[in-house]
Amino acid sequence: MSSASSEAALGSHRLGGATLFALSARHVTKRFPGVLANDHVDFDLLPGEVHTLLGENGAGKSTLASVLCGLYKPDEGAVLRNGTQIRLTSPRHGLQNGIAMVHQHFRLVDRFSVAENVVLGHRSLPFRLRTSDLENQVAEVAERFGLPLDPKASVGELSAGQRQRVEIVKALYQGAEILLLDEPTALLAPPEVEKLFETVRAMTKAGKSVVFVSHKLGEVVDISDRVTVMRDGRVTGSVARGEADTRKLAELMVGRDIDLSPRRSRAAAQDTLLHLDNVGLRRDGVDHISQVSFSVRAGEIVGVAGVSGNGQRELAEIVAGLQAPTSGEISINGARVNGIGTRNVRKAGLAYVPEDRLGTGLAPSLSIVDNLVLTRERGFLVDRKAALDEAEAFIKQLEIKTPHAHTATRKLSGGNSQKVLLAREIFGAGDNARVLVVCSPTRGLDVGAVEAVHKLLDEARAAGKAILLISEDLDEVLTLADKVMVLYRGSVVHEALGSEVDVEAVGLAMAGLS
Amino acid sequence: MNANVWVLTFADAFSIATTLILATIGAILTERSGVINLGVEGILLMGAVTAFLVGDATGNVWLALLLPVAVGAVMALIHATLSITLRANQIVAGLALVIFGNGLSQFIGKPVEGKTRPVVIKALDLGPLTDLPIVGPIIFGHDPITYLTWVGAVVCSLCLNRTRPGLVLRATGDAPATVDAQGVSVARVRFVHTIIGGARMGLAGGWFMLARGTAWSQAATTNGIGWIALALVVFAAWRPLRAIAGAVLFGFTLQVPFTLQGQQINILPPEIVQMLPYLATLFVLVILSTPRARKLLGAPKMLGQPFVRDER
Repeated sequence: MSSASSEAALGSHRLGGATLFALSARHVTKRFPGVLANDHVDFDLLPGEVHTLLGENGAGKSTLASVLCGLYKPDEGAVLRNGTQIRLTSPRHGLQNGIAMVHQHFRLVDRFSVAENVVLGHRSLPFRLRTSDLENQVAEVAERFGLPLDPKASVGELSAGQRQRVEIVKALYQGAEILLLDEPTALLAPPEVEKLFETVRAMTKAGKSVVFVSHKLGEVVDISDRVTVMRDGRVTGSVARGEADTRKLAELMVGRDIDLSPRRSRAAAQDTLLHLDNVGLRRDGVDHISQVSFSVRAGEIVGVAGVSGNGQRELAEIVAGLQAPTSGEISINGARVNGIGTRNVRKAGLAYVPEDRLGTGLAPSLSIVDNLVLTRERGFLVDRKAALDEAEAFIKQLEIKTPHAHTATRKLSGGNSQKVLLAREIFGAGDNARVLVVCSPTRGLDVGAVEAVHKLLDEARAAGKAILLISEDLDEVLTLADKVMVLYRGSVVHEALGSEVDVEAVGLAMAGLS
Repeated sequence: MNANVWVLTFADAFSIATTLILATIGAILTERSGVINLGVEGILLMGAVTAFLVGDATGNVWLALLLPVAVGAVMALIHATLSITLRANQIVAGLALVIFGNGLSQFIGKPVEGKTRPVVIKALDLGPLTDLPIVGPIIFGHDPITYLTWVGAVVCSLCLNRTRPGLVLRATGDAPATVDAQGVSVARVRFVHTIIGGARMGLAGGWFMLARGTAWSQAATTNGIGWIALALVVFAAWRPLRAIAGAVLFGFTLQVPFTLQGQQINILPPEIVQMLPYLATLFVLVILSTPRARKLLGAPKMLGQPFVRDER
């Protein structure tokens, strides 16, 4: 549908009565045990429109999208398709009404070809499948929307961006008119994001509507015709293109001013604490890390950016002593620590905040107190009283929201459990641990918690720690790092000082195009 | 040693192979859906004893083949309920099924222990074809179930690779969440294929009893063929056509020592031969426990993992 006819649709709505919205939510309420995820939410989507649902994690945007696509049944309220109420019972039912959702974590079968993945679950398929026919059909759909895809390719070998295209083609093949994309840019490098935007434009041109579910302020402004902002399960505002800037949207999102301006070290960095010299990791004939050299000095943060799966995890594990490098040298405080084991690396002065905070970083069923004393090296007996006092001090100082210091860490929210882990790794080891390796510290956290974690890292830097920050969130690296490196296929392909970063060059490097 | 002995060896190897194909493809269907059923040996034993008892009571060969199918399906239903609905550890549930089948077949087979088989499945008379020298007895001297099994294996392979339900089955073992998101019930696919698989294993046991067994002997009837079938699944890389080739190979390997023994030639002590099924199973379990080998062989990705939809 052209933009003229979508204006006509809006016009007729304004004239009252006859709603020509492609999809609407009316007073949708959805409760989960202990959480009011959606509280009388209204939402309208025009045909041919790109509409973003913006909000922090836990704001209820994914829940609303799940209600709209039929995954969840609303407790109250109604979903309307072209003005008529529909009662969706399943995602399949949603699809029958032309509504499809592309989840953040792709639901694809790695071993299948692109064509097989696309046609899987399409009920009107014939009993007997002719591979070449299917491949032609899939290629045809992909081409119509400008999505370059080889239907014969095995999905297991595709990049995140290509997999996402498979998901989109799958939805289109099944006749979707409305596409809900949940955090579609989370796994993509900047050039791939641009490609996704092109696809989205091709879809809206063909009269399809797209709902973007996102918490990334910057990019939604570029692509959206309209942005609906959610907070704490409610809609806090809905603005058309050009009506609001990023700052205004941020305020709607968090309900207060948020300081996400760059934080850089105030003092000049001092002596080198962590040094990597030509470090490599070769396993099964594949170079996971090759010839990585850098040093981190006391009082500075070195940030490692890159798209997920380019060796970040291996790099972190090598530095933390969980894996021994197959070549090169690592030294902490001037002492060589290659392959001496995690325990000795920690003794040498390293603290480690792994990406998987609950599984690797903390013992989820143990209490905050127990987790804080877990890494203590001294003594045989645990002084319960002192440990409790210390834990309570941290809870107060870091504003950890918990009913009690004896609460199991798995019951805490992501932000609060991350604070416990950071407290242990930054302050727990005292002045001994001067090197801190931090991996994706704010993944899955809401803006408020992100701010708190960044503040903590900034303070640790000011206290003279040498911090290696490995993160897939480019904004985070740009916000915090004094020096930025880009990891691509295990090599450092780009380096810049934090104050002189050229974002475009970093983006290209992340995509391997430098 | 004359040529005739070898012709008989081949013919016997073919019928062992038939049992193996039935049981192995049953296990492949089960495992492709993501459920691992180690209870094959128990189901075979129950199938065999059922066939014997029904044959003994009714004298009807077809009834004696039909009931083992039902018994196999019921035993697989137990396994499916434990591992799909109750999300029990599938290895443990499967082993429990073996022990259960072992004990129960011993118990209900006690009155007829040592008795010669009551009914026999007659080979098809294909006229001049059967009378051909060498090829006749090896290829054209079998009963209808044998031919159905071989044709069935090919049909199974085609269904798995070229049809919509086959596509869904393969996806269920690899990515159940994907199938679930498409509105297909993962539990249903798994139940159906575990039960079909069990039914085939039941038939395998029953057929083996009536076609090959001379007398019911709980300890010696199946002789670990169920375990061999499990090893074959891995050997065949979860593909029905390869299972046929593997079954012929394994059938021959299992039969030759007996032939040689009959000819007073002892290369391997019979005790060693009897150990082979269990060694093969151990080997397979070791392979299946390393992620790399699983990936290399193409094991269904979610094999043995219960599916839980992740909602909040």
